[in-house]
Amino acid sequence: MARIDLQEIAHSYVAQPGEESDYALKRIHNTWDDGGAYALLGPSGCGKTTLLNVISGLLTPSKGRVFYDGQDVTDLPPEKRNIAQVFQFPVLYDTMSVFDNLAFPLRNRRVAPDEINQRVREVADILDLTPYLKKKAAGLAADAKQKISLGRGLVRSDVAAILFDEPLTVIDPQLKWDLRRKLKEIHEQLQLTMIYVTHDQVEALTFADQVLVMYEGELVQIGTPQELFENPQHKFVGYFIGSPGMNFLPCTLDGNMAWVDGVGIPLDDKMMAMGQKARGRLELGIRPMGLEVYAEAVVGAVPARVKALEDQGSFKIFTVQLAGHTLRARLPEEKSVPQTDAWLRFPPRWTKLFADGRLVSG
Amino acid sequence: MEKWENNRAWFLVLPVFVVVAFSAIIPLMTVVNYSVQDIFGPGQRVFVGAEWFKEVLADYRLHDALWRQFLFSGLVLLIEIPLGILIALAMPKRGWGVSASLVTLALPLLIPWNVIGTIWIVFTRPDIGLFGAVVNGLGIAFDHTARPLDAWVTLMLMEVWHWTPLVALLAYAGLRAIPEAYYQAAKIDGASAWATFRYIQLPKMRGVLTIAILLRFMDSFLIYAEPFVLTGGGPGNSTTFLSIYLVKVAVGQFDLGPAAAFSLIYFLIILLFSWLFYQALQNVGTGEKR
Amino acid sequence: MTIQKRTIGLAIYFALLLLPIYWMLNMSLRTNADILGSFALYPHDPTLTNYIKIFTDESWYSGYINSIIYVTINTVISLFTALPAAYAFSRYRFIGDKHMFFWLLTNRMAPAAVFLLPFFQLYSTFGLIDTHIAVALAHCLFNVPLAVWILEGFMSGVPREIDETAYLDGYSFPRFFITVFLPLIRAGVGVTAFFCFMFSWVELLFARTLTVTNAKPIAATMTRTVSATGLDWGLLAAAGILTIVPGALVIWFVRNHLAKGFALGRV
Repeated sequence: MARIDLQEIAHSYVAQPGEESDYALKRIHNTWDDGGAYALLGPSGCGKTTLLNVISGLLTPSKGRVFYDGQDVTDLPPEKRNIAQVFQFPVLYDTMSVFDNLAFPLRNRRVAPDEINQRVREVADILDLTPYLKKKAAGLAADAKQKISLGRGLVRSDVAAILFDEPLTVIDPQLKWDLRRKLKEIHEQLQLTMIYVTHDQVEALTFADQVLVMYEGELVQIGTPQELFENPQHKFVGYFIGSPGMNFLPCTLDGNMAWVDGVGIPLDDKMMAMGQKARGRLELGIRPMGLEVYAEAVVGAVPARVKALEDQGSFKIFTVQLAGHTLRARLPEEKSVPQTDAWLRFPPRWTKLFADGRLVSG
Repeated sequence: MEKWENNRAWFLVLPVFVVVAFSAIIPLMTVVNYSVQDIFGPGQRVFVGAEWFKEVLADYRLHDALWRQFLFSGLVLLIEIPLGILIALAMPKRGWGVSASLVTLALPLLIPWNVIGTIWIVFTRPDIGLFGAVVNGLGIAFDHTARPLDAWVTLMLMEVWHWTPLVALLAYAGLRAIPEAYYQAAKIDGASAWATFRYIQLPKMRGVLTIAILLRFMDSFLIYAEPFVLTGGGPGNSTTFLSIYLVKVAVGQFDLGPAAAFSLIYFLIILLFSWLFYQALQNVGTGEKR
Repeated sequence: MTIQKRTIGLAIYFALLLLPIYWMLNMSLRTNADILGSFALYPHDPTLTNYIKIFTDESWYSGYINSIIYVTINTVISLFTALPAAYAFSRYRFIGDKHMFFWLLTNRMAPAAVFLLPFFQLYSTFGLIDTHIAVALAHCLFNVPLAVWILEGFMSGVPREIDETAYLDGYSFPRFFITVFLPLIRAGVGVTAFFCFMFSWVELLFARTLTVTNAKPIAATMTRTVSATGLDWGLLAAAGILTIVPGALVIWFVRNHLAKGFALGRV
């Protein structure tokens, strides 16, 4: 287990990088604590696999240094860094049995056979693979194979960190849940540093203690799932996390209201003060869960036109049109909704201001 | 993973079946037909059953040719397969070297087989050939037209020169088809270069190597033009392989019967051994029957 | 340094490989008299007479063109019929699948001479003697099984999960095959195309038997270099050099597919 420090990491796949857009990783500066469960969340192409490969040593970054427990490992290859990596598809030694697959890393390090035996059985037990130890690895199902891939990492007792690159991609949907739970169990049991790369927010939010959201080569926010949901630092975090994503309305400030195309939305004093100081294009952001819907006018509510209602079972998605912008509200199942006109209220607790895509805060 | 069970997959196979069956079944029937008849003239045929087969199988010259053939094919496989794999492993993965290597490897394969024979006749002649001149210059009296050993050496050189690139190209394509993640995982697991070869590369090349082995076995067992042009089957009979002998029989006879019987036996031998190779290769390493 | 040793070994192998070809080039640039008269490591009086003879003699260069035509037709037919069949063998179990697969290969196990007469009779019946399509079809006998076998091998290296994920995502079979599957097996397609081309290009027996003049291939024309005075070494050498060129070009075009290999795409 190790603490991993990334110092001023930047990486470009282009030989002579010119402008910013040539960089797959723009500036990554972060510490990953020993024993933490982290998720690297972001859309395809945001650079998360690149970052993972920088951490594991499969890629040497164009700029910056990588430290494990204070030791500079930037120039060390993966095998010297003592990490384990689980890939998108199961990577196994097909000709070997499950036992031999798990034993392979230890045999390469010339560990004593007794110790190998013990270690392999321990790990097989944790992963529920004990009944398959004698079988050929090639014949098993995809989820068992991924467990074996994971097992090869766990079997080394001094493994620094385990890195996962979208490991559930080829797993059947019904088995994904089981495997996710197993990963969480293993983390709790063994307290290993685990970094999990995914584009699926559900996977990230259920697995990790800390989620790092990446967008276009940068870490836009790091925080607990709760923090990301309630206090998105960046417009992208608001949009990407939550289902459906955050609503955004371009606005201007005047008096003590935010004006969206002639419609005034009252803000509280604190938000107003912060907003006055902010520079750049302003947007009002509110999560669908926070948007309040009424059938008739109440204090502080603004009129909107009803567009659609989708029943999702335990909740409803209510789509309205406000001054030319589409908003979505997430309402509980039993709530009754108006048919043609609705009144929306923006509670201060849920209403955020964004300037040039970044959260305005005090 | 299990294959999906679906008999409608036959539609995907139908075009291939039609094309090949069209070409194969009619000749096969013709050959079988001839092999069991004695033809005296147009319209005068007598059914003779297995007589031609017995005659052909009893021929001691056939046995000799058969042993020579097995020796030849055996040597071919023993040399070309490992050598081809070694070359594929040594070839570059990126850059201009890739194209240069591929084109160079392909050259011997593209030469018509009779021309190959001719090239090597010339190449090994002491008066006009580089190889012949060099060897003679070293003091070795080399003459593939007079000494059986020299003839065999020349034949093997020619054969290895000509066909190893086939194995190398197949092996190279097979190697390139291995996802990078396997090499990465092997590095992370601390595997040596030999372990990487044995546990990742070789198993993943099984498909292409099966094809390479079967192809080289079949084609070398059927070989005709190159040795015929180079040595004509001589000196004496020392390089008379099976198909050269078959042609001698066919040309020498007035009847198509023995040649047809011989062809069928020839075919069955290759079929048997190919099938044995195939079964062996399918089961290597998996421990499960495919 | 292993890398250095490997490259040196490879370089030596390639040099040895090229020697006989260089020698052929050497001979092609000399006259027959010159070749038989003296031994030389390189042509002292290089001449293009042999090449000129080939290019000006109509039967020579038409042979060249004929070969290219029927070989291309054959490669196209072989690839197009083999791709779906290989997919079926790789992904599906159906009645007679194992037998069918092996049966395909058995078509390469008989001496070609066996097929000559029947083929001739067959194609005569359809009036296809001396056409390019006849030779192209005849070559399918051994090229199609080879294509199916090679492609099946490469296809089986692609995990079935990729197909399933694509179908789950709503891809139709043709769209999946063309946009997802084919790029993954491009090494295999490249190899197959090359081998179909190659085996068809060098095949003599059928090409000679089934053609008279219109579709006569280069390989057959080359046997005409035997004359009363013995083999015309220079001419033969020049023709030999010329038969290598189209094939070398084909593998040049296919090299990227061969080299790129397997890139696991995200479906």
